Amino acid sequence: MAGVAIARALNMGLRKALESDPKVVIMGEDVGKLGGVFRVTDGLQKDFGDDRVMDTPLAESGIVGTAVGLAMRGYRPICEIQFDGFVFPAFDQIVSQVAKLHYRSAGQVKVPIVIRIPFGGGIGAVEHHSESPEALFSHVAGLKVVACSNAADAFTMIQQSVASDDPVIFFEPKRRYWEKSELDTNAPLAEAVPLHAARVVRPGRDLTLLAYGPMVKTALDAAKVAADEGHELEVVDVRSLSPIDWETIADSVRHTSRCVVVQEAQVFMGVGAELAARITEKCFFSLQAPVLRVGGFATPYPPSRMEEHYLPDLDRVLDAVDRSLAF
Amino acid sequence: MVAVPIEIAAGSDFIQLLTPEGERLENAEYPLDISAEEVRGLYRDLALVRRFDVEATALQRQGELGIWAQLLGQEAAQIGSGRALLPGDMVFPTYREHGVAWCRGIAPEKLLELFRGVNFGGWDPNQHNFALYTIVIGAQTLHATGYAMGMQRDGSEDAVIVYFGDGATSEGDVNEAFIFAASYNTPVVFFLQNNQWAISVPEERQSRIPLYQRAHGFGFPGVRVDGNDVLACLAVTRKALQHAREGQGPFLIEAFTYRMGAHTTSDDPTRYRLASELETWKLRDPIERVKAYLSRNGLADSSFYESVDAEGAELAARVREACLSMPEPKPLDIFDQVYAGGSPLVDEERAVYENYLAGYDHAEGGR
Repeated sequence: MAGVAIARALNMGLRKALESDPKVVIMGEDVGKLGGVFRVTDGLQKDFGDDRVMDTPLAESGIVGTAVGLAMRGYRPICEIQFDGFVFPAFDQIVSQVAKLHYRSAGQVKVPIVIRIPFGGGIGAVEHHSESPEALFSHVAGLKVVACSNAADAFTMIQQSVASDDPVIFFEPKRRYWEKSELDTNAPLAEAVPLHAARVVRPGRDLTLLAYGPMVKTALDAAKVAADEGHELEVVDVRSLSPIDWETIADSVRHTSRCVVVQEAQVFMGVGAELAARITEKCFFSLQAPVLRVGGFATPYPPSRMEEHYLPDLDRVLDAVDRSLAF
Repeated sequence: MVAVPIEIAAGSDFIQLLTPEGERLENAEYPLDISAEEVRGLYRDLALVRRFDVEATALQRQGELGIWAQLLGQEAAQIGSGRALLPGDMVFPTYREHGVAWCRGIAPEKLLELFRGVNFGGWDPNQHNFALYTIVIGAQTLHATGYAMGMQRDGSEDAVIVYFGDGATSEGDVNEAFIFAASYNTPVVFFLQNNQWAISVPEERQSRIPLYQRAHGFGFPGVRVDGNDVLACLAVTRKALQHAREGQGPFLIEAFTYRMGAHTTSDDPTRYRLASELETWKLRDPIERVKAYLSRNGLADSSFYESVDAEGAELAARVREACLSMPEPKPLDIFDQVYAGGSPLVDEERAVYENYLAGYDHAEGGR
């Protein structure tokens, strides 16, 4: 299927998940009749009923906390958090309960919950609608954390996340929701790239660009421009932030000997910091330059009329590429 | 700042079936038909969980447990509600529900494992329909509500009961649980043990109104029961569970009781409450009144009490022995069961640490 938007691909993936397992339920604010503020759950309540696609009271901790109970009863809840900045009322339930129950119960209680979070900026929104909290969740043992960047991944990764017996924090690139890409809905799920694998999305030999979620497109755009200037950049979509597929990433960096990490979240203490540290450990003798990071500043996400300066764009990525190549 | 005084429970909104003097009262709304044999059974439960609690406290004082959360004074609230449960009902406890655990058939020594630090709860929640202890205050009220939502979808005729305290009523999660339970009309009984103290903070800092009245604002029934009266707790919880089972939705029970011990063995109540308060509550002791009832009606003789005492001594000895002989966890157990589906990161760290430990053994052996 050519040209399917990410939001639509997620919708199709959720539909598949609901069809394939009667224990799958969707819950969140406005996910029913409205179909979600981004329409990701559009039409699902109509087709599966309000027992399976639930409009919840407006309370994020309540959504995740009751999902824990449903999971203990044998259900597989998919929670929608409406915006990144609204996940924090549920942070306690996610960190202290969702993440730890399997460990605390010595494996007797499984918590197969997916928490979907539209993340990132670039949509001209008001505050608390443009944040990138992925590092906060990646820092928590017991959670798995992934981010999709295109329609095909959105379709498969959401289904794989629902099938996972572990809780998955599922980040969706909000500003790319309406961008279209190839999607083959008939490809067997079992043959898809594993959920926690990274993927080389553009091969190259001069430098590895690591990105995930909305920044994959930015990285690919940068690689195209760099190619015009004679530099072949390899772009790796990290896809899974916990666990991280070190093999694919280290193979790429050993091959190119240089690496730039791109993320929207602030650079300080971010996912890029972990990537840089591990790459340094694993690829020390292959590196010709320190791993560089491009990302948000150590400030709150700014008012939207300044956000283009906060968000890494093609020029800032290429600036880092130039610095790495010149090293 | 002066705390707003609260009218202490009394009068028609305070359900009591057995007075502190052991006098049996009738209540038309909460009738209880109970045999002498059953009352003796409740006495045995109360006495044995208290004996267990005393032993666990002693084990902590002797350094065998890191900490212990005493149940002392709350036996009737827990045994009364615990004995109202049917096998299919699901329980979500705090960290002090040793009496309810007893009713669910969990061996008391299993409760010590968390407090000794060998694991985070040694029982299978599904086997006993008794979830793990929850230490984050109030978090389990949402789990209970969600579990009850699952029961609704399963067409189950069982119900959920969730325990929490007076302090927890200030938590957002508890209020969200009330809202979700009311909104979806879930079969869940909220069993609030108001033991008057959230560590050092008295009930009046949590609420300007009697806590059971909160339920009305959320749109479901709430009642206050004498939490030191095992018969009243039994009758009221049975009725609340029945209400839930019949599809009438959530129910709040405020069991008005008193934490006669410290919050935990790390606490020192002399810093914040008067000794006279404890003396007042000793007169309302949950076990003494059952004994008084049995004795004044000629339903038990001294040989009965002696046999319960002997059973208590045996239980205490067994629990002590089990505690002292608990296997020590091994260092690499840290890495077990972080994820259901495993994790390459955890595997790698386990291997690295195993290798590190092996190198240490080797170095020592070489000296």
